[in-house]
Amino acid sequence: MSTLAQWRDQLFYQPLSLGAIALVTCAALAVANQATRSAIEAAEERDLQNSLSEVLPASYGDNNLLKDTLQLSGSDGKALTIYRSRKAGVVNGAVFQTTSRGYAGDIVVLVGVDTSGTLLGARVIRHQETPGLGDKIEAAKAKWIDDFAGKSLASPPPEKWGVKKDGGVFDQFAGATITPRAVVKAVKQGLEFFAAHREEILTAQPTKGDAR
Amino acid sequence: MNTREIIKNGLWDQNIVFSQLLGMCPTMAVTTSGTNGLGMGLATTVVLVGANILISSIRDFVSPQVRIPVYIVVIATLVTLVDMSLNAWMHDLYRVLGLFIALIVVNCAVLGRAESFASRSTVLASALDGLCMGLGFTVALTGIGLIRELIGMGTLFNQASLLLGPRFAFLEMKVFPDYGGVLMMVLPPAGFLVLGLLLATKRLVERRAAASVTSGAAALAVENATGCH
Repeated sequence: MSTLAQWRDQLFYQPLSLGAIALVTCAALAVANQATRSAIEAAEERDLQNSLSEVLPASYGDNNLLKDTLQLSGSDGKALTIYRSRKAGVVNGAVFQTTSRGYAGDIVVLVGVDTSGTLLGARVIRHQETPGLGDKIEAAKAKWIDDFAGKSLASPPPEKWGVKKDGGVFDQFAGATITPRAVVKAVKQGLEFFAAHREEILTAQPTKGDAR
Repeated sequence: MNTREIIKNGLWDQNIVFSQLLGMCPTMAVTTSGTNGLGMGLATTVVLVGANILISSIRDFVSPQVRIPVYIVVIATLVTLVDMSLNAWMHDLYRVLGLFIALIVVNCAVLGRAESFASRSTVLASALDGLCMGLGFTVALTGIGLIRELIGMGTLFNQASLLLGPRFAFLEMKVFPDYGGVLMMVLPPAGFLVLGLLLATKRLVERRAAASVTSGAAALAVENATGCH
């Protein structure tokens, strides 16, 4: 103990002890990373599966959506993953993300469409809108987002794709117009993206590596 | 320092939020509802206990000159470990708490307890200190959250069952049905407002308590004095 107290004040002890602690903590992190990686991946895959089944009923297709993906470049130029549902080997629906700018940062919406481009469902999966006002776009807080099911670019017509304040068909919230406007815009962009890439999405081979 | 003192310090005398005014970043950011405050408080308590135990058990080996980087490395590692294990094995809880856990690293209250208590106390006392400081923090955050939630949205413990499990759904209350809500209470300025009012209240309570002690003593003195005559 007394030798330890003497060492502690010496110059060589301090960097060495700091280094030793850094080494031990790094080792602990490396071990924990190894131990948790597969469980975390499985949990995230389950999360994705859950949100996919929210916008596209699980019984819709008979394949694993996570294994039938297609990488396309989205309307913003970034890579976009399309998950495809198949029945008896034929693509009968697709799920992908679409984004637009809300009141505070990007709003990411997951949309599911059938082959004709009609919406099967939409869910906001990430946003930073004002709690209590803009967060009614979440399915957990309000039913508003369910209005999108069954809509397509043909019905309502393109000029009606907006909130009621702008002459559209979708409700806005008291005190928050920017947020629902952004979600409507994101969903519409998603449908336009689908219409532009429809052939590719329905017929292209799955991206290698993900296919089974 | 005895057990009683440690408990009293953590919960009231040295309360992280109301006396030390530490951990202001999570205090302002997450107290938009009682449930959020509770979640952040509990997560911080776990880290506080763990960090205090670790720091206290290595206190003899750490030289004073490098203690701060050592504490930071230890606390950051601990938080990351908690984050990873929750994500892997308690994923449902992680979806609710995940947002808060990374924020704990920047809570200077954890470093503060390591520096001012754990580095000079036994492991057991440090664990108790971490627990009591954490509980004091939890009570403060939950209280601020409840006030903001009640005035801002007219509810109490909204979505508590997401955090604590369905058995705690009874906590969720809609106090004012058809309440329009006061937006400002949910936005950041109200965090400062409510904290300020609570701070003033605590000072008032303490002053009253001190005054009643002095006036009691004075009355006793008068009684004694009259008794003499």
